[in-house]
Amino acid sequence: MHGFANPARFLRLARWLMPSCLLLGVAITSLVVVYGLFYAPPERLQGETARILFIHVPTAWLGMAGWTTIAIASFVELVWRHPLAALAARAAAVPGAVFTALGLLTGSIWGRPAWGTWWVWDGRLTSFLVLLFLYFGYIALAGALDREGGNGRIAAIFGLVGAVNIPIIHYSVLWWNSLHQPPSISTGGSAMSGEYLYGLLAGALGFSFIFGGVVLMRMRELLAEAQAAARLRRRASGAAEGMA
Amino acid sequence: MREALDQWNFVIAAYAVVIIATLVLVGWSWLAMKRAEARRDEAKRR
Repeated sequence: MHGFANPARFLRLARWLMPSCLLLGVAITSLVVVYGLFYAPPERLQGETARILFIHVPTAWLGMAGWTTIAIASFVELVWRHPLAALAARAAAVPGAVFTALGLLTGSIWGRPAWGTWWVWDGRLTSFLVLLFLYFGYIALAGALDREGGNGRIAAIFGLVGAVNIPIIHYSVLWWNSLHQPPSISTGGSAMSGEYLYGLLAGALGFSFIFGGVVLMRMRELLAEAQAAARLRRRASGAAEGMA
Repeated sequence: MREALDQWNFVIAAYAVVIIATLVLVGWSWLAMKRAEARRDEAKRR
C-alpha cells in the first residue's frame, strides 16, 4: 500500500486507470440506460416506474460507498499517515455527495407514483438525508482546513465518526417501520427476477467505474494543487532568504 | 377524485436527472483537473 504513497507512481497509475474507468463506466451505464428505458419489462405491481430501480439503487449504493471510502481513507490517514489517503478521502466527498443527492432525488421521483408521496420522514429516507448533510459538513470542514492550513486529522476523525450512519441506513428498513421496501438482495440470494437483477448489477458496476474515474480525476486535481502550492512556497521562502 | 399519473413522466424525469448530473460531474471534474495541472506546470516553468 505504501508503494502508492509516491505521488509520481500514483500519477503513472492514474493516467491510464482514470480514462479506462470512465470509458468502461460510460459504456456499461449507457447500455443499462437503454435496457432500463426500452427493453426491461414492466414490473407486475409497480408497472413502468420499476425501471427507476436501475439508476436509483446504484446511485444510492454509491452514496454509501462514497462515505465508506472516506472512512477507510481517513483510517489509513490517521494510522499510517499515508500521504495520498487524505487526498482520496477529500476526492471521494463531492462525487459521494452528488450520488447521495441523486439517490434521494430518484427515490423521491419513484416514491410519488409508488407510495403516493414525494417524501416521508421514515428511518431510511431520514438517515439518507443525514448522509447528505454529513457530506456537506465534511466538504466544508476539509476545505476550510486546507485553506487555513489547519490539522487535516480533524477531517479524518469527522470521516470516521460519520461512518456510524452507514449501518443505520442499511438496517433502518429492518429496525423501523418504513414505506421503503427491505433489501431485495442479500448474501442469501435475491428476491428479484433475473431481468431486473442483472440490469441492476450492471448498473452498479457501470456507475462504480464512473465514480472511480471521478475520484481519480479529483485526486489528480488535489495533488496538482498541492504540488503548485508547495512550489510557490519554496520560491517565496527562497526569495525571502535571498533578501536576508 | 383520484389523480391520474403517467408513470413514464416519472421514469423519464429520474433518468434525465441522473444522466445530466453524472455528465456535469464528470465534465466539471475533468475541467478542474486540467486547470489544476496547468497551474502546476505553470508554477514549474516559472
